[in-house]
Amino acid sequence: MHRSLGDRTRSPWPRSLGAAGLGVLVVLAVPPTVAAATAPARRTTAPPDVTELAADYVRARTGNAAERALTLGMHTAKAIPAFARKYSLPCSACHTAWPELNVFGQRFKDQGYQLGNDRDSPIWQNPAYIPFAVRTTPQWRMERTTDQPVDDGAGGTVEKTLTVSGFDISGADLLMMGTLYKDISFGFVPTLEDGEGVGIEAAFVRFDNLFKSPWANLKVGKFELDNMLSEKRGMNLSGEGGPYQSYHFLAPGDATDFGLGDNQIGAEWQGHSDNSYTRFTAAVLGSTDGVPGLPAGKSYDLYGNLSQAFDAGRLGVQRIGLYGYLGRRPTTFLQTPGVSPEDIPGTGSDYKTFSRIGAVGDFFLGNLEIIPLVQHAQDPVELTSGTKDAEWNSGLVELHYYVNPQLVLTHRSELVRMSQQVDPAEANNYGDTDAFTFGYRWYPIMLSRAGLAVVGELSFTKTIGTVLLSGNGVGIEPADHATAVHGTSVLLALDFDF
Amino acid sequence: MRLTILTAAAGLGALILATSPAPTSGQAMQPHHAGNAAAGKKEYRRYCVGCHGKAGDGMGENAMWIEPRPRDFTSAAFKCRSTPTGTLPTDNDLYNSITRGFVATNMPSWLPLSQTTREDLVAYVKTFSGRWQAGPGTPIAVPAETPATIESILKGRETFQKMECWKCHGPAGHGDGPSASTLLDSKDNPIRPYNFAAGSRFKCGSTNEDLYRIFMTGVDGTPMPSFADNLQPEDAWNLVHFLRTLQPLQTPEATLWQAWLPSHASELTPIGPQE
Repeated sequence: MHRSLGDRTRSPWPRSLGAAGLGVLVVLAVPPTVAAATAPARRTTAPPDVTELAADYVRARTGNAAERALTLGMHTAKAIPAFARKYSLPCSACHTAWPELNVFGQRFKDQGYQLGNDRDSPIWQNPAYIPFAVRTTPQWRMERTTDQPVDDGAGGTVEKTLTVSGFDISGADLLMMGTLYKDISFGFVPTLEDGEGVGIEAAFVRFDNLFKSPWANLKVGKFELDNMLSEKRGMNLSGEGGPYQSYHFLAPGDATDFGLGDNQIGAEWQGHSDNSYTRFTAAVLGSTDGVPGLPAGKSYDLYGNLSQAFDAGRLGVQRIGLYGYLGRRPTTFLQTPGVSPEDIPGTGSDYKTFSRIGAVGDFFLGNLEIIPLVQHAQDPVELTSGTKDAEWNSGLVELHYYVNPQLVLTHRSELVRMSQQVDPAEANNYGDTDAFTFGYRWYPIMLSRAGLAVVGELSFTKTIGTVLLSGNGVGIEPADHATAVHGTSVLLALDFDF
Repeated sequence: MRLTILTAAAGLGALILATSPAPTSGQAMQPHHAGNAAAGKKEYRRYCVGCHGKAGDGMGENAMWIEPRPRDFTSAAFKCRSTPTGTLPTDNDLYNSITRGFVATNMPSWLPLSQTTREDLVAYVKTFSGRWQAGPGTPIAVPAETPATIESILKGRETFQKMECWKCHGPAGHGDGPSASTLLDSKDNPIRPYNFAAGSRFKCGSTNEDLYRIFMTGVDGTPMPSFADNLQPEDAWNLVHFLRTLQPLQTPEATLWQAWLPSHASELTPIGPQE
């Protein structure tokens, strides 16, 4: 017996920061009953045709929203004062403003969290030293979403603007990263989420400078993709402004279980020049989007990037890069016999390929950092509920103005535009997303032992016919696919690590 | 779409190939311009202040945890110079120190910073002491290296014994000579002799020329003196060749030595105190 793809479930994943917490709320707002009601009928013949797949994929748009929210659940961030303690360097040595890395921090990371001073092995450290840091973010936040369907008290529905606000806390990242020995580094990041339990955000070992070459570094385990624009090191934390839409957007009717911002499980080959101005990464990854456990099929995903930095004198160091991700997913499965058939792990077949490809820059004009990103995405029709491939383009510009090392003003404008709907009957702009974020991060404490950032953010989003990608605590899509849903996030937070 | 991707990838690849290869951390880089001290102050606050302190006196918030202690720029005594002992280093010397870092210390290589940033830091470091009004010393001449042979290595070994290098650096160059535990720097802080067997490079560079220069200029602020008045250039090059055999690296000198030693070990007089 075969079952076609469509009722794939994913393990709920602990999430750490504000936006991630919002993702939980979205999931909660889409209770299992919704998913059950929209679960596809199991097929008894194979292989499926498009019509059958479409039937299988009567995945409610709310279901998609939940899926998207789950992919956002990985939005945690890194700033690791354990390194500052080990090497007695201030935060600003490695970070433009933590958690974002500067060129020196990028090289430190590329060298396997080593300075290369022949004192990197833990054997040189005081025995009391442990590579351990914690980051969490108490906060007050407000989330507002327009056009939310609610019960009108008479058996029908009416759309209203919903606002929720209050004090909250993010989960906690327990950041353990360092060296096991010279040229052998590790990372282990369990995450705690109140009421959600414990997850493993990252767990890897990396062998650095293989063959005594900086071009040969092998990392195995679960880790963030080597995205030049790292979401884990993003400056923004709010519900609407924290995640990169480009990294998590899925077209309406699209059920591909993937987010470029999600940590993945696999093996990564990374190389860099001595100063890390030239960098490349090639990775083979499991096809589970980072969820532990063996995949449903036997396919692997591929990720690669290449970037080059240039010394532009007093303007700073500029960098440009390209990246691409090719994923494969099975669309049919063998199932156990009986009235309640179950998928048999590893028996997936009829693989289909999806892709993300993009270009990114990181430019400095003195104190102003400009980060543009453009991306094209394509998911095959077999992984959607429609009759055509889902295709879309996205782009963003992020600005950081460093007033001084202890104060940074941030802004991001991001657009997602559908170029091909899975359902040709839908309007061209169904699913289009605009997101704008303004914020500041002030670091009254920025020592080599601990850091505290006072954060303020204001974010706006507009989505056509879909729920907000980052979730707003409600996350029910409007009945009319032409409706523009507006979301607003306000975040006031104390982001600290020690 | 695929054509666009391939074109973009090819373009980026060509751009990378057209870019000069990045210098290795062991290579000296030359600053192009005099730095801007005012701009350097901002960078100093970002990268250097934690160890060297706002006043440049080596008393940053982390100084008490660091050994060897951070450099005190107010005294303007610098370890790595191309200039004679007791004189100020050139801008190139400071620039190279920032770029290279110091092995076996907390001073990392700041190679990734832009050249301008490093030049600005040099300019700002020079504002901490009035000594800089006198200007730097004149770089010493480094004569052409003599060929590395078994004979030169053996002569260098004799020099290592004769000049009593072993008293601090130890008979095998492990930094464990009889005087090692008594050494103090110019601030009376304990300081360890360099361990040739553990380091992947020298304090002031990684080439034979760098090592030659260390003998002849000394390492100011430490007990390592200048041997400019005691060693002839040929003797210094011989010593360079011998010290190369003590490193855990496959240097040409080490290759020669390892091939020669097994059949001649009994001919060698042990290094250390002579009866």
